[in-house]
Amino acid sequence: MADSLDQIFVTLNHLLAGLAPAAWQPAVSAVISIAGIIGVFASLFAITTVLERKGLGRIQNRYGPNRVGPFGFLQPAADGIKALIKEDVVPRAADKIVHFFAPLMTVVPAFLLFAVLPIGRNMVLVDYDAGLLFFFAVGAATELSVFMAGWSSRNKYSLLGAMRAIAQMVSYEIPLILSAVTVVMIVGSLSLPKIVDAQAGFHSCGLANWFVFTPWGLAGFVLFMVAATAETNRSPFDLPEGESEIIAGYYIEYSGFKFALFFLGEYMGLFAISGLGITLFLGGWHAPFEFLEAFPSWFWFFAKLLTLIAGFIWIRGTLPRLRMDQLMNFAWKFMLPMALINIVSAGVWHFMPHGYERWLVGAALVLGPYVLLGRGLMEHRKLEKRTYRFAE
Amino acid sequence: MLGEGIIKGMAVTARNFLGSYVSEERLTTIQYPEERQPLAEAVRQFPFLVFDGNDPMAGLRCVACQICEKECPPKCIYIEKSKDKKPDYIGKPQLYPATFDIDLSVCMSCQICVEVCPFDAIKMDTDFELSTSDRFGALLVDKHQLAKSNSHYHKIHPTEADEVDGRLAAEKAKAEAKAKADAEAKARAAAEAKAKAATPPVAPSAPAK
Repeated sequence: MADSLDQIFVTLNHLLAGLAPAAWQPAVSAVISIAGIIGVFASLFAITTVLERKGLGRIQNRYGPNRVGPFGFLQPAADGIKALIKEDVVPRAADKIVHFFAPLMTVVPAFLLFAVLPIGRNMVLVDYDAGLLFFFAVGAATELSVFMAGWSSRNKYSLLGAMRAIAQMVSYEIPLILSAVTVVMIVGSLSLPKIVDAQAGFHSCGLANWFVFTPWGLAGFVLFMVAATAETNRSPFDLPEGESEIIAGYYIEYSGFKFALFFLGEYMGLFAISGLGITLFLGGWHAPFEFLEAFPSWFWFFAKLLTLIAGFIWIRGTLPRLRMDQLMNFAWKFMLPMALINIVSAGVWHFMPHGYERWLVGAALVLGPYVLLGRGLMEHRKLEKRTYRFAE
Repeated sequence: MLGEGIIKGMAVTARNFLGSYVSEERLTTIQYPEERQPLAEAVRQFPFLVFDGNDPMAGLRCVACQICEKECPPKCIYIEKSKDKKPDYIGKPQLYPATFDIDLSVCMSCQICVEVCPFDAIKMDTDFELSTSDRFGALLVDKHQLAKSNSHYHKIHPTEADEVDGRLAAEKAKAEAKAKADAEAKARAAAEAKAKAATPPVAPSAPAK
């Protein structure tokens, strides 16, 4: 029973594809999977927008949306209809073709990312040997779309936003990939299903065999999630948008459904990169405890995904936006050295014999640099009363 | 250490998040169309014309002096004077506005018309739900829509209305007293004239007026 529930989507896909002539079956099966992925993650996007607005509201002691439908859960439908029927304003001086393709360029790569993510047992659309490489290569295309949007709008704010976005995304791409490299070193494969398989099973103490429960894995996971926050332009790294400084950054000249597409692309990128974080460090679709393995594998993937999204929302509700120099300092003076040291830490962990010494050395190799680098980052930063030279 | 502040901040937001589900008084939101905040007495939105008595048109205090029309900064008032006169609250015959229009879309709720009105005829209303679906006709408010009773004025601005009523009553009393005094003086003069007339006329060329 548990097994059939676990594989329900796989068998359903086989059944539906079986209706097609034999020569077409692989193609039909792929199309069904793609439709499933787009449907599931698009509806997850709709739910997330409501939950995010409600969660942020509660953090600020407000109700959040509660008018459309039961408890406001039909709000995304209202928003979608509004975005569809709104006028699509294109600036006269804009580069029309690039302006048109920029939102598509955010959405299409964001959906492509899900192709290599294993969202359950046997539930991966294409099992590339270099799946991780594919993920990062396609994920980097969002940078192009951001600059397309900023440049083609012919607006100084959108260009400023795009420049900020490029600077930020290029800087944080490095720690993002370096923190993922540790997992590749340990597993010895770029294939995401293989990485998930390497995290199967449980320790004798009942702890799941996930990479996050090792010193280098924990450091890698935190680094990965911080870099992912910056990569997806989420608060506190939402400088490219910066409502209070550059109005809306690179999508200032976008209205109606093009704006909605940017929004969709941003959230798709968030889901995809959270999914990658789950795959690399949180054991993919594996259950956290042995007695919970009765639940289907895809349930665990989405449970972890929603937990990470809740974390993102919590962070967004807590932290104010960074300044540009703080952002760059953090990337180059803390994240990058930390990620490099973490690679060493993973190597040491791999070659040391099993035992508590391994844990001690691993923990020291993570905590020591963390404290020292953190102190270096905070140096010369005394909080004092600000004096104004000209205005008082 | 790096990250301490973040943990503290996250604890604060978590406390607020959970607290908003536990204690209702944390939520300051008023669910507007169903719940309403009591309005402050000094609230002002859009002017209205005060009338006394039961007939809105007969009881209008406005005498079409056009001071408000001239003082209105965005020029949203349009007044046409009447040809005939009607008695005001004292009983003195006065002009009245044949047309009194205010353009709702132009009015900026500055209350200057109220400040300058010497007759306490125009006051500010507290109704703030003034939107309409008709862009043209419904935004031009005429005197029939503007006329609201003195009791309505008492309801929305009680202190101010009492003060205005007191002043108007005092003026009326003064006017009545004056009229009475005038009448008495007239009567006395007439009586004296009569008395003089009764006595043999000394100077018939100067009769009492």
